[in-house]
Amino acid sequence: MSLVQSTHPQTSQPAKARAILLAWPEFNKPAVWLVAVILLIMPFIANGFFLIEIFATTLILGTIALSLMFLAGYGGMVSLMQLTVAGFAAYMVAVFGMSANTNISLGWPWWLATPMALLLATAFGTLGGALAVRTEGIYTIMITLAIGAAFYYFTNQNWAIFGGHTGINTVATPKFWGVDWRSDIPFYYVTLGVAALCYFAVQYVSRAPFGLALQGVRDNPRRMAALGFNVNAHRVAAYAFAAFIAALGGVLQVWNYRQISPGSVSVGACIDILIIAVVGGISRPVGPYIGAFIFVILRTFALDLLVKFGLDGNRFRLLIGLGFLAIVFWSSDGVIGLWERWRRRAAATGARPSGGKPHG
Amino acid sequence: MTRFIERHPAWALILLIAVAVLLWLILAVWPPGLEEAFGRKRVFLNAVFNGITLGGLYFLVASGFTLIFGLMRNVNLAHGSLYLFGGYIGYAISVWTGSWILGFIVAFIGVALVGVVLQIVVFRRMEGQDLRQTMVTIGLSIVFADLMLWAFGGDFYQIQTPSWLVGPIELPLATAVRSSGEAVYLRYPLVRLVIFAAAVIIGIAMWLALNRTRIGMMVRAGVDDRDMLAATGVPIQLVFVAVFALGAGLAGIAGVVGGTFQSISPGEDTRFLLASLVVVIVGGMGSIPGAALGAVIIGLAEQLGSVYIPTYAIVVTFLIMVLVLALRPQGLLARR
Repeated sequence: MSLVQSTHPQTSQPAKARAILLAWPEFNKPAVWLVAVILLIMPFIANGFFLIEIFATTLILGTIALSLMFLAGYGGMVSLMQLTVAGFAAYMVAVFGMSANTNISLGWPWWLATPMALLLATAFGTLGGALAVRTEGIYTIMITLAIGAAFYYFTNQNWAIFGGHTGINTVATPKFWGVDWRSDIPFYYVTLGVAALCYFAVQYVSRAPFGLALQGVRDNPRRMAALGFNVNAHRVAAYAFAAFIAALGGVLQVWNYRQISPGSVSVGACIDILIIAVVGGISRPVGPYIGAFIFVILRTFALDLLVKFGLDGNRFRLLIGLGFLAIVFWSSDGVIGLWERWRRRAAATGARPSGGKPHG
Repeated sequence: MTRFIERHPAWALILLIAVAVLLWLILAVWPPGLEEAFGRKRVFLNAVFNGITLGGLYFLVASGFTLIFGLMRNVNLAHGSLYLFGGYIGYAISVWTGSWILGFIVAFIGVALVGVVLQIVVFRRMEGQDLRQTMVTIGLSIVFADLMLWAFGGDFYQIQTPSWLVGPIELPLATAVRSSGEAVYLRYPLVRLVIFAAAVIIGIAMWLALNRTRIGMMVRAGVDDRDMLAATGVPIQLVFVAVFALGAGLAGIAGVVGGTFQSISPGEDTRFLLASLVVVIVGGMGSIPGAALGAVIIGLAEQLGSVYIPTYAIVVTFLIMVLVLALRPQGLLARR
C-alpha cells in the first residue's frame, strides 16, 4: 500500500509524512502525545521529591531495564548482568572523575570521564555477552547471574579500585553553562532526554534490518544460520547495544545518588531489574518504564501502605516477590499483556452489539 | 581414563605433572628457599584442606542443583534459599534437642518436603516452559529470603559442633622440621574432615544409586530423553518429585553443614547460589561427577586465592569459569 508510494522518488509532502508515521506508529496515537506532554511539563506539576525520587528514578531504572528488555524481547536472551554493566559504568565515572575518595579517583573532568566510562562499560558488557552466547537458552541466565554475582563480591573485596564495601562517595556531577546539572529540574530533563533517546533508539533498531535479523535469530537460530546470518555476531552485537544503554543508565544513577557502593550492584538489585522488565512486559520498549514506575511507587510507598493495613512495614520485598510471582503466573507479558488482554475483551464485548470493527 | 590419555596426550601429561607437583607440595617438607618465596607450609596446607573441605560443602549444594537441572531443565534459582532454610532448621533443632545429627535428619526431611510441595504445586503446572520456571524460582527466592528474614532476623547463627567432634586432630603430614630434628605435624579440625568424608560417601552413594539401581536408570533415561521415558510407561511425575525432593534435601543438609563450618545469615543464600552456579557451569550441567570435580576446583581456587591474593580472590574463581566456557562451553565432564 502506501509503503510502495513512499519509496517512490517523487514523494509528495503528505506521503513523506505518512512514511514517517509508518516508521514511527507511536506518533499517531494521542495517548503517546499526552504522556510526552505530561512528562515535559512535570517540573511544573510535581515538587522536588516527586520529580527526582519518583520520576527521575523511574526513568533511570527503566532505561537499565530497557536494555534487558531489548535483549530478552528481541534477542531471546535473558541477561541478569545489565545492572552490573550499569554499575560498572557508575564505578568508572567515580574512578575516572572526581570524588571524595581522592586516592582512587583520577580527577578527570566529567566530559572526559563519562565517555570513558561508557566506553569501558560497553566493552565490559560486550565481553560478558561474548561469554554468555557460548551457551544457549536457559544457560544464559546462569552465566550472566554468575557474572553479576562475581562482580558484586569483587567490588566488596577490592579496595584499590572499587573502594571495598564502603564504595566511592561524593562523586562530582557536571556543572557547565552556568547550570548545576544535578539540581532537580535540569537533572530531570537530562534523565528524560536520555530515556527518550534510548527508547527511540531501541524502537528504531527493532525495525532496522539488524533488529529484524535479531528477532529472526531469537525465533529460529538454525534457520538464520542456514540463511547465512552470523548468529553469534548478531547476539554479541545485541549485547553491545544493550550494554551501551545500560551504561547510560548507570552514569545517570551515579549522578543521581552521588555515590556508588557494592550494595547498588548486589544480586538483589540485578534481580530487581529483571522484575521491573518482566512486570512491565518484555515485548515492547515501553514495558520497562511502566514496570519501573510500579516498582518505584511500591518501594517508596509500600512502607506507609503496609503500616496503614496494620502489617509490618519492612515486608516490602515480600510484596514485590509476591507481585512478581503473580505476574509470572497469570500473564506472559507483564502489565502490558494484562492491559492488552483486557482491551481485547472489552473490544470483543463492545463490538458485538454495534458490529463495529475490532481493533488489534 | 585411558581413552582420555590416548586422545589428549599433551593435556594428560600437563595434568599428571600438576598433580605430582601438588602432591609433592603437600607431602614433602619444604626447602627454606620455597618457604621464603611462598610463605609457611602450614598456611598452604591449611588453605588446601580448607579448599577441599569447602569443596565437599559446595558439592552437597551443587549436586542437588545439577540433578534437578539435568532431569527437569529447571534452573532452580531458589536453591540458595533451600540451603539457608536447611541451615535455620538445623540450628533450631540442634538448639531445641541438643542433637547435631537430628538437625541433619530434620533439615533433610523438612527441606525435601518443601521441594515436593514446590514440584507438585508450582513446577508441574508449567512443565516445558524453562524460562517461566526459572522466573518463578527467582520470585520464590525473593519471597523465601524475606520470610526467613522475618522469622529469624538478620543475626548470624552458628550451629554448635557436637563435643565428640570438637577440636583438631594431628594429621601425618609434616609442616616443618624443628632444629632438634623432630617433625611438626599439621593439626586440623576434626569436624571438617568428618563432614568431608560424609560428602564423599553421599557422592559415591548417589553415583551408585544413579548407575546401579532401577530408579537411577529411570533418572538417567529421563536426563537423556524425558518424553521417550514417559512414553514407555514410567511414572515420570513420581520420578520428578523424588528427584526434586532429593535435590532439595541435599541443599538442606548442606545448610546444616554450612552452619557448622561457617555461619548462616541472610545473604548466604545468594553466596551459595553463586557457588553452585559456578560449580555446575565448570563441572558440566546435569553431571554428578562434574559437580564433584567443579566443587573441589572452585573450593581450592577460593581458599588458595583468599590466602595468596586476598583482594582478587573472586577473580580467580571467575577466571576459571571464563576459561572453561571458552575452551569447553558444556563444562568439564558433561557429555554432549
